[in-house]
Amino acid sequence: MIDQTELWIVIIGLGLGSFVLRFTFIGLVGGRTIPDWMLRHLRYTAVAILPALVAPLVAWPAATDGQLDAPRLMAAAATLAVGLVTRNVFGAIFAGASVLYGSMFLLG
Amino acid sequence: MYLSPVSVSGLCIKHPMPTTTPKTHTPRPAFWRGCADSAPFLLVVAPFAVLFGVLATEAGLNVLETMAFSVAVIAGAAQFTALQLMVEDAPTLIVLASALAVNLRMAMYSASLTPYLGGAPLWQRAILSYFILDQSYACSMVEYEKKPQMTLPEKLAYFAGTSTPIVPAWYIFTYAGAVLGTQIPESWALDFALPITFLALLAPMLRTPAHVIATLVSIVVSLLMAWVPYSLGLLIAGIVAMIAGAQAELYFERRGTNR
Repeated sequence: MIDQTELWIVIIGLGLGSFVLRFTFIGLVGGRTIPDWMLRHLRYTAVAILPALVAPLVAWPAATDGQLDAPRLMAAAATLAVGLVTRNVFGAIFAGASVLYGSMFLLG
Repeated sequence: MYLSPVSVSGLCIKHPMPTTTPKTHTPRPAFWRGCADSAPFLLVVAPFAVLFGVLATEAGLNVLETMAFSVAVIAGAAQFTALQLMVEDAPTLIVLASALAVNLRMAMYSASLTPYLGGAPLWQRAILSYFILDQSYACSMVEYEKKPQMTLPEKLAYFAGTSTPIVPAWYIFTYAGAVLGTQIPESWALDFALPITFLALLAPMLRTPAHVIATLVSIVVSLLMAWVPYSLGLLIAGIVAMIAGAQAELYFERRGTNR
Protein backbone atom coordinates (compact mmCIF):
# COMPACT_ATOMS: atom_id res chain seq x y z
CA MET A 1 0.00 0.00 0.00
CA ILE A 2 1.25 3.48 -0.85
CA ASP A 3 2.11 5.71 2.10
CA GLN A 4 -0.16 8.78 2.32
CA THR A 5 2.60 11.29 3.06
CA GLU A 6 4.77 9.95 0.27
CA LEU A 7 1.82 10.07 -2.12
CA TRP A 8 1.10 13.75 -1.49
CA ILE A 9 4.78 14.66 -1.69
CA VAL A 10 4.89 12.96 -5.09
CA ILE A 11 1.66 14.61 -6.33
CA ILE A 12 2.71 18.12 -5.26
CA GLY A 13 6.36 17.67 -6.19
CA LEU A 14 5.57 16.22 -9.60
CA GLY A 15 2.98 18.94 -10.24
CA LEU A 16 5.40 21.75 -9.33
CA GLY A 17 8.32 20.08 -11.10
CA SER A 18 6.33 19.57 -14.28
CA PHE A 19 5.28 23.21 -14.22
CA VAL A 20 8.89 24.30 -13.82
CA LEU A 21 9.89 22.13 -16.80
CA ARG A 22 7.13 23.69 -18.90
CA PHE A 23 7.82 27.25 -17.73
CA THR A 24 11.62 27.39 -17.72
CA PHE A 25 12.25 28.15 -21.34
CA ILE A 26 9.20 30.13 -22.37
CA GLY A 27 9.06 32.01 -19.06
CA LEU A 28 12.66 32.63 -18.12
CA VAL A 29 14.89 32.02 -21.11
CA GLY A 30 12.74 34.21 -23.35
CA GLY A 31 14.40 35.10 -26.63
CA ARG A 32 17.75 33.46 -25.93
CA THR A 33 18.49 30.35 -27.95
CA ILE A 34 18.89 26.95 -26.37
CA PRO A 35 22.20 25.17 -27.04
CA ASP A 36 22.06 22.47 -29.70
CA TRP A 37 23.58 19.79 -27.47
CA MET A 38 20.76 20.24 -24.97
CA LEU A 39 17.99 20.03 -27.58
CA ARG A 40 19.74 17.00 -29.08
CA HIS A 41 19.49 15.16 -25.75
CA LEU A 42 15.95 16.33 -24.98
CA ARG A 43 14.81 14.93 -28.33
CA TYR A 44 15.50 11.39 -27.09
CA THR A 45 13.92 11.57 -23.63
CA ALA A 46 10.78 9.71 -24.65
CA VAL A 47 12.46 6.86 -26.53
CA ALA A 48 15.12 6.62 -23.80
CA ILE A 49 12.81 6.29 -20.81
CA LEU A 50 9.63 4.56 -22.02
CA PRO A 51 11.45 1.33 -23.03
CA ALA A 52 13.37 1.28 -19.74
CA LEU A 53 10.09 1.40 -17.86
CA VAL A 54 8.40 -1.25 -20.02
CA ALA A 55 11.22 -3.78 -20.53
CA PRO A 56 11.32 -5.11 -16.93
CA LEU A 57 7.51 -5.25 -16.83
CA VAL A 58 7.58 -7.44 -19.94
CA ALA A 59 10.50 -9.62 -18.86
CA TRP A 60 9.38 -10.13 -15.26
CA PRO A 61 5.63 -9.42 -14.89
CA ALA A 62 4.48 -8.93 -11.29
CA ALA A 63 1.21 -10.73 -12.08
CA THR A 64 3.13 -13.99 -12.69
CA ASP A 65 5.50 -13.45 -9.74
CA GLY A 66 8.27 -12.34 -12.04
CA GLN A 67 8.18 -15.44 -14.27
CA LEU A 68 8.56 -14.83 -17.99
CA ASP A 69 5.05 -15.25 -19.36
CA ALA A 70 4.33 -16.34 -22.94
CA PRO A 71 1.03 -14.45 -23.45
CA ARG A 72 2.51 -11.19 -22.13
CA LEU A 73 5.69 -11.57 -24.19
CA MET A 74 3.70 -12.24 -27.37
CA ALA A 75 1.35 -9.34 -26.63
CA ALA A 76 4.29 -6.97 -26.23
CA ALA A 77 5.84 -8.18 -29.49
CA ALA A 78 2.53 -7.82 -31.35
CA THR A 79 2.00 -4.29 -30.03
CA LEU A 80 5.44 -3.18 -31.10
CA ALA A 81 5.24 -4.88 -34.50
CA VAL A 82 1.83 -3.44 -35.40
CA GLY A 83 2.87 -0.02 -34.07
CA LEU A 84 6.02 -0.06 -36.19
CA VAL A 85 4.23 -1.11 -39.35
CA THR A 86 1.02 0.93 -39.12
CA ARG A 87 2.29 3.89 -37.01
CA ASN A 88 -1.17 3.73 -35.50
CA VAL A 89 -1.45 3.87 -31.70
CA PHE A 90 -4.94 2.34 -31.58
CA GLY A 91 -4.11 -0.45 -33.99
CA ALA A 92 -1.10 -1.35 -31.86
CA ILE A 93 -3.07 -1.36 -28.59
CA PHE A 94 -5.82 -3.42 -30.18
CA ALA A 95 -3.29 -5.95 -31.55
CA GLY A 96 -1.54 -6.23 -28.18
CA ALA A 97 -4.77 -6.71 -26.25
CA SER A 98 -6.08 -9.26 -28.77
CA VAL A 99 -2.91 -11.34 -28.59
CA LEU A 100 -2.84 -11.11 -24.78
CA TYR A 101 -6.42 -12.29 -24.32
CA GLY A 102 -6.27 -14.76 -27.22
CA SER A 103 -3.14 -16.49 -25.95
CA MET A 104 -4.27 -16.46 -22.31
CA PHE A 105 -7.47 -18.16 -23.45
CA LEU A 106 -5.67 -20.72 -25.65
CA LEU A 107 -2.82 -21.47 -23.24
CA GLY A 108 -5.17 -21.48 -20.27
CA MET B 1 1.34 10.73 -23.52
CA TYR B 2 3.93 10.74 -26.21
CA LEU B 3 3.12 11.81 -29.73
CA SER B 4 5.80 13.23 -31.91
CA PRO B 5 4.83 16.23 -34.01
CA VAL B 6 5.54 14.25 -37.15
CA SER B 7 3.30 11.30 -36.36
CA VAL B 8 0.73 13.67 -34.95
CA SER B 9 0.51 16.15 -37.76
CA GLY B 10 -1.47 13.70 -39.82
CA LEU B 11 -4.19 13.79 -37.20
CA CYS B 12 -4.50 17.57 -37.19
CA ILE B 13 -7.30 18.64 -39.47
CA LYS B 14 -5.92 20.79 -42.23
CA HIS B 15 -7.89 23.87 -43.11
CA PRO B 16 -7.62 25.45 -46.52
CA MET B 17 -6.15 28.94 -46.54
CA PRO B 18 -8.76 31.65 -47.04
CA THR B 19 -8.69 32.95 -50.59
CA THR B 20 -8.64 36.57 -49.46
CA THR B 21 -6.54 37.29 -46.39
CA PRO B 22 -8.20 40.06 -44.37
CA LYS B 23 -5.95 42.90 -43.17
CA THR B 24 -7.21 42.83 -39.57
CA HIS B 25 -7.30 39.55 -37.68
CA THR B 26 -9.48 38.78 -34.70
CA PRO B 27 -8.15 35.93 -32.59
CA ARG B 28 -11.52 34.20 -32.28
CA PRO B 29 -11.35 32.08 -35.47
CA ALA B 30 -7.86 30.98 -34.45
CA PHE B 31 -9.23 29.77 -31.10
CA TRP B 32 -11.92 27.66 -32.76
CA ARG B 33 -9.43 26.31 -35.27
CA GLY B 34 -7.26 25.20 -32.34
CA CYS B 35 -10.23 23.42 -30.77
CA ALA B 36 -11.06 21.64 -34.02
CA ASP B 37 -7.45 20.61 -34.69
CA SER B 38 -6.90 19.07 -31.27
CA ALA B 39 -10.34 17.43 -30.92
CA PRO B 40 -9.33 14.19 -32.73
CA PHE B 41 -6.77 13.57 -29.96
CA LEU B 42 -9.64 13.00 -27.57
CA LEU B 43 -9.70 9.46 -28.97
CA VAL B 44 -6.26 8.87 -27.44
CA VAL B 45 -6.56 11.09 -24.37
CA ALA B 46 -9.86 9.71 -23.05
CA PRO B 47 -8.88 6.01 -22.84
CA PHE B 48 -5.47 6.95 -21.42
CA ALA B 49 -7.10 9.02 -18.68
CA VAL B 50 -9.56 6.22 -17.88
CA LEU B 51 -6.65 3.80 -17.62
CA PHE B 52 -4.83 6.09 -15.21
CA GLY B 53 -7.95 6.40 -13.06
CA VAL B 54 -8.38 2.62 -13.00
CA LEU B 55 -4.74 1.79 -12.20
CA ALA B 56 -4.51 4.54 -9.56
CA THR B 57 -7.58 3.15 -7.82
CA GLU B 58 -6.16 -0.36 -7.97
CA ALA B 59 -2.94 0.95 -6.41
CA GLY B 60 -5.02 2.14 -3.46
CA LEU B 61 -5.52 5.83 -4.27
CA ASN B 62 -8.93 7.34 -3.52
CA VAL B 63 -10.82 9.51 -5.99
CA LEU B 64 -9.52 12.78 -4.51
CA GLU B 65 -5.88 11.64 -4.69
CA THR B 66 -6.31 10.34 -8.22
CA MET B 67 -7.88 13.61 -9.37
CA ALA B 68 -5.21 15.69 -7.63
CA PHE B 69 -2.62 13.73 -9.61
CA SER B 70 -4.27 14.42 -12.96
CA VAL B 71 -4.96 18.10 -12.23
CA ALA B 72 -1.48 18.82 -10.87
CA VAL B 73 0.50 16.99 -13.54
CA ILE B 74 -1.62 16.56 -16.74
CA ALA B 75 0.99 14.30 -18.32
CA GLY B 76 -0.08 10.68 -18.57
CA ALA B 77 3.28 8.98 -18.98
CA ALA B 78 4.81 10.75 -15.97
CA GLN B 79 1.75 9.93 -13.86
CA PHE B 80 1.93 6.24 -14.81
CA THR B 81 5.67 6.18 -14.07
CA ALA B 82 5.19 7.71 -10.63
CA LEU B 83 2.35 5.31 -9.87
CA GLN B 84 4.30 2.24 -10.99
CA LEU B 85 7.35 3.18 -8.91
CA MET B 86 5.25 3.91 -5.81
CA VAL B 87 3.63 0.48 -6.17
CA GLU B 88 7.17 -0.95 -6.30
CA ASP B 89 7.97 0.94 -3.05
CA ALA B 90 10.71 3.05 -4.59
CA PRO B 91 11.99 5.92 -2.41
CA THR B 92 10.13 9.21 -2.89
CA LEU B 93 13.13 10.96 -4.37
CA ILE B 94 13.56 8.28 -7.03
CA VAL B 95 9.84 8.39 -7.85
CA LEU B 96 10.04 12.14 -8.39
CA ALA B 97 13.29 12.09 -10.34
CA SER B 98 12.12 9.30 -12.67
CA ALA B 99 8.70 10.81 -13.35
CA LEU B 100 10.23 14.23 -13.97
CA ALA B 101 12.73 12.63 -16.34
CA VAL B 102 9.74 11.31 -18.32
CA ASN B 103 8.46 14.89 -18.43
CA LEU B 104 11.75 16.38 -19.63
CA ARG B 105 10.23 16.60 -23.09
CA MET B 106 7.97 19.38 -21.77
CA ALA B 107 11.11 21.51 -21.45
CA MET B 108 11.83 20.81 -25.10
CA TYR B 109 8.28 21.81 -26.06
CA SER B 110 8.63 24.98 -24.00
CA ALA B 111 11.89 25.77 -25.75
CA SER B 112 10.50 25.32 -29.24
CA LEU B 113 7.33 27.35 -28.51
CA THR B 114 9.39 30.28 -27.21
CA PRO B 115 10.13 31.88 -30.62
CA TYR B 116 6.37 32.00 -31.35
CA LEU B 117 4.85 32.85 -27.96
CA GLY B 118 7.76 34.39 -26.05
CA GLY B 119 6.48 37.90 -26.81
CA ALA B 120 3.41 37.49 -24.58
CA PRO B 121 3.33 39.11 -21.11
CA LEU B 122 4.86 37.06 -18.30
CA TRP B 123 1.52 36.25 -16.64
CA GLN B 124 0.19 34.86 -19.91
CA ARG B 125 3.31 32.78 -20.42
CA ALA B 126 2.94 31.46 -16.86
CA ILE B 127 -0.65 30.38 -17.53
CA LEU B 128 0.04 28.84 -20.92
CA SER B 129 2.96 26.88 -19.44
CA TYR B 130 0.48 24.74 -17.51
CA PHE B 131 -1.22 23.88 -20.80
CA ILE B 132 1.90 22.72 -22.66
CA LEU B 133 0.87 19.16 -23.55
CA ASP B 134 1.88 16.73 -26.25
CA GLN B 135 -1.28 17.60 -28.17
CA SER B 136 -1.28 21.39 -27.79
CA TYR B 137 2.41 21.47 -28.68
CA ALA B 138 2.08 19.23 -31.73
CA CYS B 139 -0.89 21.10 -33.22
CA SER B 140 0.51 24.56 -32.49
CA MET B 141 3.90 23.90 -34.05
CA VAL B 142 2.29 22.62 -37.24
CA GLU B 143 -0.01 25.68 -37.38
CA TYR B 144 2.70 28.29 -36.63
CA GLU B 145 5.05 26.88 -39.23
CA LYS B 146 2.28 26.71 -41.80
CA LYS B 147 1.01 30.27 -41.17
CA PRO B 148 3.90 32.56 -40.32
CA GLN B 149 1.66 35.62 -40.86
CA MET B 150 -0.33 34.90 -37.67
CA THR B 151 -0.29 37.71 -35.09
CA LEU B 152 0.70 37.06 -31.48
CA PRO B 153 -2.93 37.27 -30.20
CA GLU B 154 -3.93 34.78 -32.90
CA LYS B 155 -1.12 32.42 -31.94
CA LEU B 156 -2.10 32.63 -28.28
CA ALA B 157 -5.77 32.07 -29.14
CA TYR B 158 -4.88 29.08 -31.29
CA PHE B 159 -2.76 27.61 -28.49
CA ALA B 160 -5.61 28.14 -25.99
CA GLY B 161 -7.93 26.41 -28.45
CA THR B 162 -5.72 23.33 -28.71
CA SER B 163 -5.88 22.66 -24.97
CA THR B 164 -9.58 23.50 -24.58
CA PRO B 165 -10.95 20.05 -25.55
CA ILE B 166 -8.01 18.09 -24.09
CA VAL B 167 -7.60 19.33 -20.52
CA PRO B 168 -11.23 19.00 -19.30
CA ALA B 169 -11.36 15.55 -20.95
CA TRP B 170 -8.20 14.54 -19.06
CA TYR B 171 -9.89 15.45 -15.75
CA ILE B 172 -13.30 13.97 -16.54
CA PHE B 173 -12.04 10.65 -17.89
CA THR B 174 -9.58 10.25 -14.99
CA TYR B 175 -12.60 10.62 -12.74
CA ALA B 176 -14.54 8.04 -14.75
CA GLY B 177 -11.63 5.60 -14.45
CA ALA B 178 -11.27 6.20 -10.72
CA VAL B 179 -14.96 5.51 -10.13
CA LEU B 180 -14.89 2.45 -12.41
CA GLY B 181 -11.58 1.15 -11.09
CA THR B 182 -12.51 -1.14 -8.23
CA GLN B 183 -15.16 -2.95 -10.28
CA ILE B 184 -12.77 -4.48 -12.80
CA PRO B 185 -11.97 -8.18 -12.14
CA GLU B 186 -8.38 -9.39 -11.94
CA SER B 187 -8.90 -11.82 -14.82
CA TRP B 188 -8.79 -8.84 -17.20
CA ALA B 189 -4.99 -8.78 -16.75
CA LEU B 190 -4.98 -5.00 -16.50
CA ASP B 191 -1.43 -5.21 -15.14
CA PHE B 192 -0.40 -5.41 -18.76
CA ALA B 193 -2.43 -2.43 -20.00
CA LEU B 194 0.44 -0.11 -19.12
CA PRO B 195 3.19 -1.94 -21.06
CA ILE B 196 0.91 -2.31 -24.09
CA THR B 197 -0.08 1.35 -24.06
CA PHE B 198 3.51 2.54 -23.70
CA LEU B 199 4.75 0.22 -26.45
CA ALA B 200 1.96 1.45 -28.72
CA LEU B 201 3.00 5.05 -28.09
CA LEU B 202 6.67 4.19 -28.52
CA ALA B 203 6.55 2.39 -31.86
CA PRO B 204 5.50 5.37 -34.03
CA MET B 205 8.29 7.45 -32.49
CA LEU B 206 11.02 5.22 -33.94
CA ARG B 207 11.46 7.40 -37.01
CA THR B 208 15.24 7.57 -37.30
CA PRO B 209 18.13 5.17 -36.67
CA ALA B 210 19.11 7.33 -33.67
CA HIS B 211 15.67 6.82 -32.10
CA VAL B 212 15.96 3.05 -32.63
CA ILE B 213 19.43 2.98 -31.06
CA ALA B 214 18.25 4.97 -28.03
CA THR B 215 15.39 2.48 -27.58
CA LEU B 216 17.61 -0.60 -27.85
CA VAL B 217 20.15 0.83 -25.41
CA SER B 218 17.30 1.69 -23.05
CA ILE B 219 15.95 -1.88 -23.10
CA VAL B 220 19.35 -3.54 -22.61
CA VAL B 221 20.54 -1.21 -19.85
CA SER B 222 17.24 -1.34 -17.95
CA LEU B 223 17.31 -5.15 -17.92
CA LEU B 224 20.99 -5.23 -16.89
CA MET B 225 20.36 -2.63 -14.19
CA ALA B 226 17.26 -4.31 -12.76
CA TRP B 227 19.26 -5.40 -9.68
CA VAL B 228 20.15 -1.80 -8.76
CA PRO B 229 18.23 -0.85 -5.58
CA TYR B 230 15.57 1.87 -5.32
CA SER B 231 14.45 1.46 -8.95
CA LEU B 232 17.43 3.59 -9.92
CA GLY B 233 17.92 1.35 -12.98
CA LEU B 234 15.20 3.30 -14.81
CA LEU B 235 17.03 6.61 -14.43
CA ILE B 236 20.40 5.09 -15.32
CA ALA B 237 18.96 3.45 -18.44
CA GLY B 238 17.17 6.68 -19.39
CA ILE B 239 20.28 8.82 -19.14
CA VAL B 240 22.53 6.33 -20.94
CA ALA B 241 19.96 5.88 -23.73
CA MET B 242 19.51 9.64 -24.12
CA ILE B 243 23.25 10.07 -24.57
CA ALA B 244 23.30 7.12 -26.98
CA GLY B 245 20.52 8.73 -29.04
CA ALA B 246 22.27 12.11 -29.15
CA GLN B 247 25.60 10.53 -30.10
CA ALA B 248 23.96 8.36 -32.75
CA GLU B 249 22.29 11.45 -34.21
CA LEU B 250 25.66 13.19 -34.49
CA TYR B 251 27.17 10.11 -36.08
CA PHE B 252 24.42 9.71 -38.67
CA GLU B 253 24.39 13.45 -39.35
CA ARG B 254 28.06 13.34 -40.18
CA ARG B 255 27.34 10.50 -42.58
CA GLY B 256 24.24 12.32 -43.79
CA THR B 257 21.96 9.32 -43.31
CA ASN B 258 19.78 10.17 -40.29
CA ARG B 259 16.45 10.01 -42.07
